[in-house]
Amino acid sequence: MSLLLSLVKREISVVLKSRSEFIYPLAFFVIVTSLFPLAVTPDPNQLAFIAPGIIWVAALLSILLSLNGFYQADYEEGGLEQLLLSGVSGANIVVAKSIANWLVTGLPLVLVAPMIGISFNMQPHTNWIAMLSLLVGTPSICFIGSIGMCLTLGLRNGGVLLTLLVLPLFIPVLIFGASAVGAASIGVNYSGQLAILGALLVFSIMVAPFAGAAAMKISID
Amino acid sequence: MWTWFFQLASPKWVYQFADKLLPWFKAVTAILFAIGLVYGLLISPMDYQQGNTVRIMYVHVPAAYLSMFVYVLMAISGGIGFIWRIKMAHIVSVSCAPIGAIVTMLALFTGGIWGLPTWGTFWQWDARMTSYLILFFLYLGFMALHSAFDDRKTADRASAILALVGLVNIPIIHFSVEWWNSLHQGATISKFEKPSIDIDMLKALLTMIVAFQFYFFTVLLQRVKAEILQREKLSNWVRKLAIES
Repeated sequence: MSLLLSLVKREISVVLKSRSEFIYPLAFFVIVTSLFPLAVTPDPNQLAFIAPGIIWVAALLSILLSLNGFYQADYEEGGLEQLLLSGVSGANIVVAKSIANWLVTGLPLVLVAPMIGISFNMQPHTNWIAMLSLLVGTPSICFIGSIGMCLTLGLRNGGVLLTLLVLPLFIPVLIFGASAVGAASIGVNYSGQLAILGALLVFSIMVAPFAGAAAMKISID
Repeated sequence: MWTWFFQLASPKWVYQFADKLLPWFKAVTAILFAIGLVYGLLISPMDYQQGNTVRIMYVHVPAAYLSMFVYVLMAISGGIGFIWRIKMAHIVSVSCAPIGAIVTMLALFTGGIWGLPTWGTFWQWDARMTSYLILFFLYLGFMALHSAFDDRKTADRASAILALVGLVNIPIIHFSVEWWNSLHQGATISKFEKPSIDIDMLKALLTMIVAFQFYFFTVLLQRVKAEILQREKLSNWVRKLAIES
């Protein structure tokens, strides 16, 4: 446990050293969501209708963007190899990186999302549910994304490939996340969707470290 | 029994075995297609509501079934190759992917053609179609990942992991999309109940399913042969083969 904690601390301090980089996903999230009123319609009612989907898709994409920062530099500089050689298991590394990734990228998104919601004319109650669904859903995105990231580590243009690999795997989270918010906005019970989001989170925590560790080993050989 | 089983891991033996099997598979495929197509397109009855458009079923359903089957085969043989480091298993897994992608595309396309006259729309974001579209993306991802690595062994192992992760995800994706929205009819053929389909239609459909299955094995054997030749091009027996022919 203390090993995991120190690994998480290491990841966070590495990312925060390059001051501006962890801001990018957040800025991306805000800018992308603010494009929609310009492109679709400024009508408040319609905006409130499409807001859950937009917030969720933008959150997915900005986490997808942030993945690279946690792995690529570490891989290229050999830090990842050193960690593995020093006897830390690959699964531990993946868990630590995913937790750090969520704390640095996912959590700020969860906190900023209500402001986007207000600007999209969402009701306060719906806005809370959006926040809650992101809180439960974004960690599983970090975990699932780490599998794809580990698979594409050694590749020259892994970025585009990463999108192709992991976006299909994100779909269940997206569906239940957005539909929880949608249900809340029309006053229907949304606890089922949130429960499934929780189940997906548990499941991805169970699977991702091992798949990611196996992939990492292949990339580093 | 075991020696026969172990021989499956030898590319040379499999190549020769596939060479022997292939004519038989081709013949069976041709015969089954001939029977199935004539039975399905000419003899079997029209649907009382859909008329002749129901005959698209004889291509659509086998293709849809096959696309799932191929994925499972691809993932399992990838997993076998990953765990026991068997070259042949990876060869089979890699050869499956393009066939699976094409068959999934065929299922989606025929579904669209069928949907246009019956549902009045070529595409609907309903559960089955969406999950098949995602299945298609998974196939594409597998092929893209495999071709992205320079080293073939790394490529094999990495794409095997992806296939396995995708295999775990397919039921999840399937049910999530199912609960999300549905227009598609449920399964008609079930083992446990009396089928709710005309017996002539059922016979034609089953013939076509078996025909597609044999077609898949024929193409798979052909692809496996080509893949073996490409991978073993430096070995003596391939060289000898090339000189002889």
